[in-house]
Amino acid sequence: MNIIVEREKGLLELERRIEELRVVNASHAVDMSGEIAGLQAKYAQIQHEIFGSLTAWEKVHMARHPMRPTALDYLSALDAYDELHGDRHFRDDHAIVGGLGRLGQRNVVVIGQQRGRDTKENLLRNFGMVSPEGYRKVQRLAELAGRFGLPIVTFVDTKGADPGIGSEERAQSEAIARCLVTFAMAPVPIVATIIGEGGSGGALALAIANSVVMLEHSVYSVASPEGAAAILWSDAGKADEAAEHLKLTAADLQRFGIVDHIVPEPVGGAHRDVPGIVGRVVDTVGAILDSLASKSASELTDGRYSKYRQIGALNSERGEATESTP
Amino acid sequence: MAIPDWLRSRRTERDDSRHDAALWTKCPSCAEVLYRPDLSANLFVCTRCQHHFRMSAFDRIAMLIDGDFTEIGSNVLPSDPLTWVDKKAYPVKLATDREKSGMTEAVLCGLGSIGGHSVALGVMDFYFRGGTMGSVVGERLTLMLEAALQKRRPAIIVTASGGARMEEGMLALMQMAKISSAVARLSEARIPFLTVLTDPTTGGVSASFAFQADIIVAERKAMIGFAGRRVIEQTIRQKLPDQFQTAEFLWRRGISIALSIATNSRRFSFACCRI
Repeated sequence: MNIIVEREKGLLELERRIEELRVVNASHAVDMSGEIAGLQAKYAQIQHEIFGSLTAWEKVHMARHPMRPTALDYLSALDAYDELHGDRHFRDDHAIVGGLGRLGQRNVVVIGQQRGRDTKENLLRNFGMVSPEGYRKVQRLAELAGRFGLPIVTFVDTKGADPGIGSEERAQSEAIARCLVTFAMAPVPIVATIIGEGGSGGALALAIANSVVMLEHSVYSVASPEGAAAILWSDAGKADEAAEHLKLTAADLQRFGIVDHIVPEPVGGAHRDVPGIVGRVVDTVGAILDSLASKSASELTDGRYSKYRQIGALNSERGEATESTP
Repeated sequence: MAIPDWLRSRRTERDDSRHDAALWTKCPSCAEVLYRPDLSANLFVCTRCQHHFRMSAFDRIAMLIDGDFTEIGSNVLPSDPLTWVDKKAYPVKLATDREKSGMTEAVLCGLGSIGGHSVALGVMDFYFRGGTMGSVVGERLTLMLEAALQKRRPAIIVTASGGARMEEGMLALMQMAKISSAVARLSEARIPFLTVLTDPTTGGVSASFAFQADIIVAERKAMIGFAGRRVIEQTIRQKLPDQFQTAEFLWRRGISIALSIATNSRRFSFACCRI
């Protein structure tokens, strides 16, 4: 059960009543504007109570909201997008969508993790959990981008890499590991955007980038809060507490130097204004690509190297915390 | 420092009784009672059933390295960036494992020679926080790989890890990116990189440098995989076969490039290091 969906129900009901009153107000000669104003004030108050400041656990639910914009919402907002399919080895993994796109004046390779909104879509997309063949499709597209000098734009949204028997048989570890090296070596700009849930290594496989963008209420974590709670307290019910501990919000990750840009969301979350948020993300990515356009291949790979080289919390023998240098 | 001196200097920090007091030990696989000096002479492989015992990083380095060993990154130590507390506070867990294993973190890195060849070596230790990878493991391994690049020496990592360390959150996950970037540089410079996967190698370690090597050697019966057994069983709601995710399972599917299923893969991995 999604707690954001539950809490929204009251708001949506209010929204419906306000709309009804508006219709009545317009068609009959009765003046309902007082009631409408009252309801609108109540609406604003409840909205503020629910969304004023979200806890880490609430953000997890926001990131998983069934109506939250998915990778394909962003891809279809590009000036052009042609999908490429398959890993040329085993099959086409529908949890990965990607291909050639046009963003402003620029040709790019876009790659996204795609989850479904309902059961049927989720079966096709495997709930956004990518299998080895999906990661091999990612490698293929990233190598293509490198060969033709096209920037790589990724959209991350997965609860984690697929943990099934088939994925182990086809070497899930190797598939992700290869993606990491491919992204580290790609001689082109890479911009990754965490649009929903960034689940551990399965998300990182698309996210070694010159610049990492994150939506305000997206989350990006080393483990799912439920998984962490099950391991640490043997109680998946403590997931809310684990979410707080894991420091998985955009603001936390910006502080650690993992996330470079945060895109603010409308009150109530990205799904309340899909065209608006999609436009803002695409513009942000475009501006970052502009700023990277003049860099040489080695400046780009070196830039990524030093970004990740500096991440970590260390203590020197003398006891003071140190930042490592490249 | 020469290996015996180095070991002696490090052994003073550890609980000697755990390792050295008992002269006899029982093989956990076939229950054969083994004489410790024999076991150690056989590279900690059961003389009866070829079970590969889990080894501490100290024992592994003493086994692999001949001559001198110069540690890298020994002054890089953990901190508590998330001020993490679950059943215990993270610094308390670190202190307990430091005491228990004699290690200051879950990996030991350095420069030395194997069979007369100069190499850069990193050895993970399952006895320190289950070999999990936090900021220090990432930093030490990266320093080691950078030394290999700078000195143009082959790099070897012996893995034993449950994956990324939860207590350091996303900082732990990012070590996968850091080490992978260093591996990429080594690969571009055409410097050989070899991994020896020991029991267990899973999660973020398996999904990064463990499977990025030019040559991957797996020890017999080692548990190697991406997702933990419990996670898979919960996802698919059925029991997994015993052999699932063992080194042999990977070998049959052509995943790990080399595996000695002959008598003793430790001797074999030894041989590979000499290439």
